[in-house]
Amino acid sequence: MTDQHIATQDNDHHDHDSHHGPAKGWRRWLFTTNHKDIGTLYLTLSFILMFVAGTMALLVRTELFEPGKVLLNPEFFNQMTTFHGLIMVFGVIMPAMAGLANWMIPMMIGAQDMALPRLNNWSFWLLPFAFTMLMSTFLMSGNAPDFGWTFYAPLSTTYAPKSTDFFIFSVHLMGLSSILAALNIVVTIFNMRAPAMTWMKLPMFVWSWLVTAFLLLAVMPVLAGCVTMMLMDRHFGTSFFNAAGGGDPVLFQHVFWFFGHPEVYILILPGFGVISSIIPTFSRKPLFGYHAMVYATVIIALLGLVVWVHHMFTTGAPMDAQLFFMYATMLISVPTGIKVFNWTATIFKGSLSFETPMLFALGFLVMFTIGGLSGLMISLVPSDYQYRDSYFIVAHFHYVLVSGSLFTIIAAVYYWLPKWTGRMYSERLGQWHFWLTTIGMNVTFMPMHFLGLAGMPRRIPDYALQFTDFNQICTVGAFIFGFAQLIFLYIVVMSCFSKRFPAATSQVWEGAHGLEWTIPSPAPYHTFETPPDLATVNAAAPQLE
Amino acid sequence: MRRIFLFVLTSFFAIAALATPGINMPVGVTPVSQEIYRLHMAAFYVCCVIGAGVFGVLIYSLIAFRKSKGAKAVHFHEHLGLEIVWTTIPFLILVALAIPATIVLSHIHNTDQSGLTVKITGYQWRWKYEYLDQNISFFSDLSTTQDQINNKAAKSPWFLLEVDHPLVVPVHTKVRLLVTADDVIHAWWVPELGVKQDAIPGFVNENWMMIEKTGTYRGQCGELCGLNHAFMPIVVEAVSPSDFAKWVTAHQARVKGDHS
Ligand SMILES: [Cu+2]
Ligand SMILES: [Cu+2]
Repeated sequence: MTDQHIATQDNDHHDHDSHHGPAKGWRRWLFTTNHKDIGTLYLTLSFILMFVAGTMALLVRTELFEPGKVLLNPEFFNQMTTFHGLIMVFGVIMPAMAGLANWMIPMMIGAQDMALPRLNNWSFWLLPFAFTMLMSTFLMSGNAPDFGWTFYAPLSTTYAPKSTDFFIFSVHLMGLSSILAALNIVVTIFNMRAPAMTWMKLPMFVWSWLVTAFLLLAVMPVLAGCVTMMLMDRHFGTSFFNAAGGGDPVLFQHVFWFFGHPEVYILILPGFGVISSIIPTFSRKPLFGYHAMVYATVIIALLGLVVWVHHMFTTGAPMDAQLFFMYATMLISVPTGIKVFNWTATIFKGSLSFETPMLFALGFLVMFTIGGLSGLMISLVPSDYQYRDSYFIVAHFHYVLVSGSLFTIIAAVYYWLPKWTGRMYSERLGQWHFWLTTIGMNVTFMPMHFLGLAGMPRRIPDYALQFTDFNQICTVGAFIFGFAQLIFLYIVVMSCFSKRFPAATSQVWEGAHGLEWTIPSPAPYHTFETPPDLATVNAAAPQLE
Repeated sequence: MRRIFLFVLTSFFAIAALATPGINMPVGVTPVSQEIYRLHMAAFYVCCVIGAGVFGVLIYSLIAFRKSKGAKAVHFHEHLGLEIVWTTIPFLILVALAIPATIVLSHIHNTDQSGLTVKITGYQWRWKYEYLDQNISFFSDLSTTQDQINNKAAKSPWFLLEVDHPLVVPVHTKVRLLVTADDVIHAWWVPELGVKQDAIPGFVNENWMMIEKTGTYRGQCGELCGLNHAFMPIVVEAVSPSDFAKWVTAHQARVKGDHS
């Protein structure tokens, strides 16, 4: 459609929408090459899967409400923890970030669409098949994958259920989808920027996604290699990870975490970009230290590629290796700290208002700092001997990921929803959503620190009596956290389909800067068919002032 | 105001963590566990100071610069000096933490001059202990009954943390641990001993412990190993060297008796 559009130069006698508007019905969504449609598809899939994976988390928390069997047998419990992790990472956060990228990057850089629109369609439509295949393992005889989202060999190879092959193939599809999406984003940012949009005028969200896309290209093929080796071990007589055949189970962990650690930044960096858009808007002040923020993002990504063994400190790694990876890991807190300090400095002496996107951004800032600080503690190898695979780790990565990914995604949705739908959302309900989510989140995950320090291992369906009290608090928090998301669902659905709320202006937020705020709300089906001029681009980049 | 509430809540949790036993990491009964505890607390206090700084500025800003109170934004957005300051200070803090961490790590890796060697093998889902020089070997299984797990019987006080044959070791003796596994990866973890070592098929990992106090210390498998991962606890009984010698003799005699 876009190619046709470029070819059709009949600008004199036109009724644009009837010529180039969306097709009707299901064909629009199946065949679309429009970046806004594809963004919507990604976000919708992510939204649905969030409730699926969230329900699984609530089942896990229900089982852990008290010692002894409550609801689930250990087989099913292990499947629930596995799927909760897999779906949250690959089905919720990554697609949501890709959806935001699709919607926003072309509008932020003054491009009319993504560079490779058909590829874009394909990278989305691989995902429903991948997740259908993954979920179909529940219908098979024998267990669904039950070896944790980190699927360590040989538990995931020699000792795994038959359905693991479907898991492997669905990871291949997800990886393919991510690689194609990342390629598209890189090519778009390099080639489709408005001529006036030079590198140091790019919004932080675009910078963050560019770095993220390179990380994806660096590590997703490694994940594909990892699951392929599993497949070979399972069916073709190889022994990559099988000690009995001369292989090495630790090799699996090296390969997995070479993907897995950068993956953490893949999940979080786009969120950093979102926060760098939102905080200046509601502080009515340009982002403090734009250049430092760009460099910090790049350095985080580079360092992120050389710290993977910090997940493997107890595997018997030699001391030299432990020291190298400990120092490198500690070093990451410097650029991460720069980010937190710059956001704080942006707020300092601003003119603050607290609409829902800003609340979630501030919630991110506080909880991400907590998660970052516990991360610093975990980076110390000797202490890590005690923390590793305990609930302290579970607490740490939920503080980092719930704030760094989920909160930033929610903040982004509130922030840009009026641009997408043309209508404001219910601010009052948004505030409720924020407070219930934040309270629920902290009640759920703060006690997990104590459980872990007191010696509770992760991934157990049943526990000793001394862990009971905190587990009950966690479970109560989890239900508050979970049910608060129904408010979110209601708000988004209302904003999309109800006419009750006021129409949004093009700028939407008083302090908002950026090209996306120069176009009408809702954003027309095609935007920036002619690139914005220098004056428009410069006005949208407050860091130039 | 709401921020303050959140901050107070967080600090409340933090203080509670220090004051109440069973919430913080145990100090433990080995030199290594105590060193780890001190490192952990040092890192925790450093984090508290950093957190207080960041949250302090944040809370002040959120109160002082509200648009509803008429705050006007001041337009500044680059300051090289500040960027250098908040790059350098954290870096120095990191160096200050890295030094003790490196020292403690070197102690963990020093398995020389041990007085006793125990080989620990993880199985789905039990532990096997072998005293290499004493020719003793036995399996250690969960002794909590299935009825307790299914809520059909009252739970014993050490529900899921009790075994039929604990690992018995002498106090004040450096015990070298050789940890491996027979099937999938497990991890041998006893918090009060400061030991967590992955048990990996095809590898023998080394660690050590020198227990300073007689008593019973409990832990669990630390690495997801399948169906009954939650049901393969670890119990270590630390006894005086003379009691240990008696235990060894009795155990060897019993094994001999079984064979004749
Ligand atoms: Cu990592
Ligand atoms: Cu286990």
